[in-house]
Amino acid sequence: MGLQPYVILSAVVFCIGLFGVTTRRNMIGILLGIELMMNAVNINLVAFARFTGSAAGFIFTVFIISITVTEAAVGLAIVILLFRVRRTVMADHLDLLKG
Amino acid sequence: MTTEPVAFWGLSIVLVGSALAVVLSKNLFHAVLWLALALTGTAGVFLLLDAEFLAAVQLLLYAGGIITIVVFAIVVTERLVGERLTQTNMRIGGGTAVAAVLLAFIVTIVGKRPLAMARPEMAGDLTRTIGQALLTRFVLPFELLAILMLAGLLGAIHFARPED
Repeated sequence: MGLQPYVILSAVVFCIGLFGVTTRRNMIGILLGIELMMNAVNINLVAFARFTGSAAGFIFTVFIISITVTEAAVGLAIVILLFRVRRTVMADHLDLLKG
Repeated sequence: MTTEPVAFWGLSIVLVGSALAVVLSKNLFHAVLWLALALTGTAGVFLLLDAEFLAAVQLLLYAGGIITIVVFAIVVTERLVGERLTQTNMRIGGGTAVAAVLLAFIVTIVGKRPLAMARPEMAGDLTRTIGQALLTRFVLPFELLAILMLAGLLGAIHFARPED
């Protein structure tokens, strides 16, 4: 098996995540879509690193996984805080900055 | 290697199916559980790519850490609101169009150029390679990552603490 099926698989998962981010109304749902997209990028990086024989792709993946965990923690803290203030987690109800 | 295509297609079906369930299921809790399955499937893909260390990290941090955090967030929010959180999709047509155009774009580009067919031989153990690279060439980003995670931890506590 060559590199191509892995790249296509990663593209499919990325696009599903993009669909989730653009269509979900719930903020937690949007975060789940972002996790899917990060995941797809990781598959891509690992596949390219394995097929080119360079270790940098693996290192990048380690960094991406750690940063994603931090991002999820901070993002969900923001969701809980927003919920406490505005009583909603629907992204289209959060229009306080709309002119 | 004859088992690789079978394993790859099986994992692909699991991964794409659970990813679709994540973005389409009405129940937020079910979506999180489907995400756990998708992340586990990704760990399987890493195993197929000979990256055992990354598969372990993926299972521990992603499937273990993120799923736990999200479940906590849902439980806390549901207790605050006092009812089950449902979620719906909006602007499905637009979202589908954006995702489909991007997918067609990537597939066209990937199809135009032949990509590598064979894997080069790995120079030694991958876990050893990653560990050595993290402590020599990438030591500064590694330490910055530690600071970032500490800052994220403190920021999350600061955001989520009760009003006084």
